[in-house]
Amino acid sequence: MAYLTEHNTDYDPVFSDYIALLKPRVMSLVVFTAFVGLMAAPISLHPVEAFCAVLFIALGAGASGALNMWWDADIDAIMVRTKTRPIPSGRTSSDAALGLGVALSGLSVLMLGLASNWHAAGWLAFTIFFYAVVYTIWLKRMTPQNIVIGGAAGAFPPLIGWVAATGSVSIEAVLMFALIFMWTPPHFWALALFMRSDYDDAKIPMLTVTHGRKSTRRHIMFYAILQSALAVTLAFTSVGGMIYLTIALICNSIVLRNASLIWLRNEADAEADNFKFERSFFKFSLLYLFLHFLAILAEALLSPYGLGGW
Amino acid sequence: MAIRVESEMHRRRRSQNFGVAICLVLFIFLMMGLSFVKLTNSGPVEGYDHAPRPSMEETELK
Repeated sequence: MAYLTEHNTDYDPVFSDYIALLKPRVMSLVVFTAFVGLMAAPISLHPVEAFCAVLFIALGAGASGALNMWWDADIDAIMVRTKTRPIPSGRTSSDAALGLGVALSGLSVLMLGLASNWHAAGWLAFTIFFYAVVYTIWLKRMTPQNIVIGGAAGAFPPLIGWVAATGSVSIEAVLMFALIFMWTPPHFWALALFMRSDYDDAKIPMLTVTHGRKSTRRHIMFYAILQSALAVTLAFTSVGGMIYLTIALICNSIVLRNASLIWLRNEADAEADNFKFERSFFKFSLLYLFLHFLAILAEALLSPYGLGGW
Repeated sequence: MAIRVESEMHRRRRSQNFGVAICLVLFIFLMMGLSFVKLTNSGPVEGYDHAPRPSMEETELK
């Protein structure tokens, strides 16, 4: 009976705590972009196969989120934004997060391989490895370019969705990847500008800490230009069309305007209005990505009726 | 009066067990659906039984 008395009852998570370990908000972005990548592909899958592909890509993303929470429990406990997560708040143990992350990683890769193809499964395995090991364990605490590198992991889902449908990588898939890749750094740097004490306290080498806030503002402008160029280029591929081009031109004009406002102002002005422009840039960039992928989806869904595409 | 004290721990364990059970049931149905789609979309499945048959000969002729 020894095992009964030795059982640790400090952690008895409810089911929703396990769901929280998978970062459901990040998963929703993954589901949406993977679905768009899959729908925009020239080869269409059976709805059940498409559902399975998106589900297992999302499960892989959730697994890497759990592994990220396992490794980063110490810094999550310091930052205001993350201290209510299941491990730092004491609702689950870090061992549970590790177990869940490893198990779901294996399951998601295996099932994506069986449901779609092994090329897509290989990309999913690489994405999980990249986010959990290369970004979280290796580079996040080492380099101020952590967000740039970590952004790559979040950018893979539309590419995996495309590969799940077609079995190969194409220029459209690479451009969809590149759009999210370029979108991520300015999005998080804007967050770092108005949540400044968080990253300082956790000693994460964010650009705001290592290179200063003025340099971060310059970087936001530079990446906004690259992001806009990529977003408009995507309009002239097979996944683009007039709907996408219109959305891209409007959204990127707003992003460039917001980025230039952030770039040109100083800290005193920013503090005076409680980082109004930085906050609005951050909020709009969420809508920005959603609208771009929604436009790609609209092009794909309308093209059979002669309305989408070029 | 029956002694039946339900602690917070029991409530949490039940939540875990129900959640896992629902996930497993959904997974089983998903696998059934996926298997059905894969099998119906892949055409007839014929194993080689060491005897020539018309469908094999037709394939070779093509």
